[in-house]
Amino acid sequence: MVRISLTVDGAKVSDDVEARTLLVQYLREKLGKTGTVIGCDTSNCGACTVHLNGTSVKSCNVLAVQADGAEVTTIEGLASNGQLHPVQEAFRECHGLQCGFCTPGMIMQSADLLKENPNPSEEEIRLGLEGNLCRCTGYHNIVKAVQHAAAAGGAQ
Amino acid sequence: MTALEDRPDVAQEIGRDRRRKEDARLITGRTRWTDNLTVPGMLHLAMVRSPFAHARITSIDTSAAAEATNVVAVITAADLGESQGACINAWPITPDQVAPVHLPMAVDRVAFAGEIVACVVARSAAEARDAAELVDVEYEELPAVVGLKEAIKDEVLAHPELGTNKSALWVFDSAAAGTGGDVEEAIATARESGVVIEREYRQQRLIPAFMEPRSVVVDPTGEQITIWSATQIPHILRFALAATTGVPESKIRVIAPDVGGGFGGKLQQTPEEMIAFAVARHLDKPVKYTETRSESLVSAHHGRDQIQKLTLAATKDGQVTGLKVELLADLGAYVAIVGGGVPVLGAFMFNAIYKFPAYHFACQTVLTNTTWTDAYRGAGRPEATFAIERLMSELAEELGVDPLEIRERNWIKHDEFPFTTVAGLEYDTGNYELATAKAKEMFGYDELRAEQQRRREAGDTVQLGIGISTFTEMCGLAPSRVLGSLDYGAGGWEHASVRMLATGKVEVVTGASAHGQGHETAFSQIVADRLGVPFEDVEVLHGDTQIAHKGLDTYGSRSLVVGGEALVKATDKVIEKARPVAAHLLEASVEDLEFSAGRFSVKGTDAGISVQELATAVFAAHNLPDGMEPSLDADATYDPINFNYPHGTHLCAMEVDTETGAVSMRKYVCVDDIGNVINPLIVSGQVHGGLVQGIAQALWEEAVYDDAGTLVSGTFTDYLLPTAADTISFEIDHTTTPSITNTLGTKGVGEAGTIASTPAVVNAIVDAVRHLGVDDITMPCTPQRVWRAIQEGGRA
Repeated sequence: MVRISLTVDGAKVSDDVEARTLLVQYLREKLGKTGTVIGCDTSNCGACTVHLNGTSVKSCNVLAVQADGAEVTTIEGLASNGQLHPVQEAFRECHGLQCGFCTPGMIMQSADLLKENPNPSEEEIRLGLEGNLCRCTGYHNIVKAVQHAAAAGGAQ
Repeated sequence: MTALEDRPDVAQEIGRDRRRKEDARLITGRTRWTDNLTVPGMLHLAMVRSPFAHARITSIDTSAAAEATNVVAVITAADLGESQGACINAWPITPDQVAPVHLPMAVDRVAFAGEIVACVVARSAAEARDAAELVDVEYEELPAVVGLKEAIKDEVLAHPELGTNKSALWVFDSAAAGTGGDVEEAIATARESGVVIEREYRQQRLIPAFMEPRSVVVDPTGEQITIWSATQIPHILRFALAATTGVPESKIRVIAPDVGGGFGGKLQQTPEEMIAFAVARHLDKPVKYTETRSESLVSAHHGRDQIQKLTLAATKDGQVTGLKVELLADLGAYVAIVGGGVPVLGAFMFNAIYKFPAYHFACQTVLTNTTWTDAYRGAGRPEATFAIERLMSELAEELGVDPLEIRERNWIKHDEFPFTTVAGLEYDTGNYELATAKAKEMFGYDELRAEQQRRREAGDTVQLGIGISTFTEMCGLAPSRVLGSLDYGAGGWEHASVRMLATGKVEVVTGASAHGQGHETAFSQIVADRLGVPFEDVEVLHGDTQIAHKGLDTYGSRSLVVGGEALVKATDKVIEKARPVAAHLLEASVEDLEFSAGRFSVKGTDAGISVQELATAVFAAHNLPDGMEPSLDADATYDPINFNYPHGTHLCAMEVDTETGAVSMRKYVCVDDIGNVINPLIVSGQVHGGLVQGIAQALWEEAVYDDAGTLVSGTFTDYLLPTAADTISFEIDHTTTPSITNTLGTKGVGEAGTIASTPAVVNAIVDAVRHLGVDDITMPCTPQRVWRAIQEGGRA
């Protein structure tokens, strides 16, 4: 067991974890942060995407011990002061989700994409979301949602 | 019925782009996926699966696993005995259908790679998985049969004890059924004086690949056994568990909490659910099982997998005179819950939107040592639509006629509805002319044809192709009598309840079970309009057999057209129950009341009372008409009188690099007619997603087995789901020809995009390289296959 201390969605947490524990397992099983989900076992789907020190990562591809000392933001911590993040708002507004399983990862990845590139073209959005799979929407409305969020200042 | 005449004349909610009620929780991570659940004392299961496609189990040594840290039990089929139940085959399509017994956990022989042979129970999922590696199973490999053409030879048998791989032969013949002429006669005549198009098409095997892996939690510690499952079919699962384990149905509660997609893939009574149920009962402890993606790809049922031998007869002026369809369909190792019947759903759709005078359909289903197959978005109908829409384009080419023109010569005209087809279905409404005209204009059909011509003449390296698909489908499964006549094991009705709460709020209970479709929003809109209450005041409940006690769940584009109609009927009953109360409180006669926008009022006066106020008055029950029960709540169970038949015209432009075989989509336009629309935003989402699943069949997806029966495409690195970078934005629109088989005038839409898009894409690719001698490319149309087809065409 290894002792780790980190900040998750603004709260300081500290736990003993097995060295092999994935960040996503730690979030879900130890912290009850079940908003972040697991969709595959080959890091293809991106459903587990979170922000690690402000940058998107697939949390199935990061060991919990690698997040020691870091700041992690999940879908559950993206809204602030009761206000949805512009990307969350845009996904609802543009119907960018159906079953909603890929949505946490899609939103976290989209937020990171807009932070890097506040005014992306459609092609840049599509390339930026290439690591996140969705089976319901055909991506059409997800792309629209990201465009909508960009127009609404989603980069902040 | 007076209620129908009295409904609010101004629809305020229906047709409105309401943002979804579901989204608030889904965009913030406040979700209730089955795998999120933890029950006190819950143990975790890991499955031990066969690596061999066909083998005898000679021994299972569980001792090392049993001694591993925090392992509670290691369970084999011998431990469970009859308590494990069996997976049901609910659609034995012929009386003599050959079907192996399908036990959730194999006893002495496995019939596909991935079949479960043992199960480890431990305190954590990780410990269970670790210990599963320690279970030592000795196998004696048996020859495996993989692929339809091998299986049909009956040389290697998937199940030796059955003596054959052939499961059932199902035949429809229009001459025998009295719905049309003799197809052999039509073909013979066409061979002499017309044209005959003969093709063999392959419907590759696909994997539904819902995003949420399947998960099940079983808690046997209460008075009832509670099962949470990522399923499309909580009600059918409850029935199936009771029917096959002997546990009374009244002692089983099934809850489908948030479910992350299904597409038919979660329309199953799965071995994993059965094993979790049996193990929980065996240990008298709550258990959870969540599959990994790799397990999902090898064990959740697959879809499609047919070889279609097709013969189309026509006159020289392009009138089709007959269609003969001979199918081979791969069931996999076992006959799944409705797997046997999936090709039969397609049998009624090969004639599509056309007036064919003669039709013959025969399907031979076959067992192989592969993962079982069953419903996948469209279930039988995409296969049929692909075949006929490819054939119509081939016929057009043969006769030198525009492919839209050949369709128009054969389709049912809008003034010919209702129309009884050669397959015996009565299409209620449709307007193929209108949808096609609109699609052509949006697409810029004539301009693109001109560009295609220019590029062909210039010998461009990258060629342009235009593909067409004018589809229809039967949806709204299904009239129970029809299902009975097809030997399906259940009915096709749906149930709804409307409960008026004391505060005037409304609880709606539906037997449909959403997993992404937006029932909570769309059903709220229906009730809000009909009952005249605010959208926000309606709460839609579903997916729990204790709350929604009756239902037949969600598949086959049925929730709105069947479940929505049940809801309309229940709502109308509430209004009728409220009417005498309103008359009593307003001191008027019932005849003098009118109901509009949620309010009963006395004609010609200002006096009135709202249905929400009446709910409070009925709750108090202080002043009701004599003898009236103090309740406005109502139930309705609706059995559809017919299917309904959405249709549409899909036009696709593909660019094909003739040197590399790489293809890319330039434009996709579709104009669908799905009747009246409750929520256009939700409908457009369904269409977009459906399109991409159909396009994915044309271009990318294929479940591939090697000769030994190992699934080669067993992870998301090998099974190619499209990403945002692979796809484009679509141009979609609608025409509105209301269905006359339901009050709301709606038609199903969930499967439409998937059914229509596959042939549109393949037609476009073939059209781009037709002049190079290509008349078919096997799906998925990978660069390699396209390049090879061009080389074999010999004109490059």
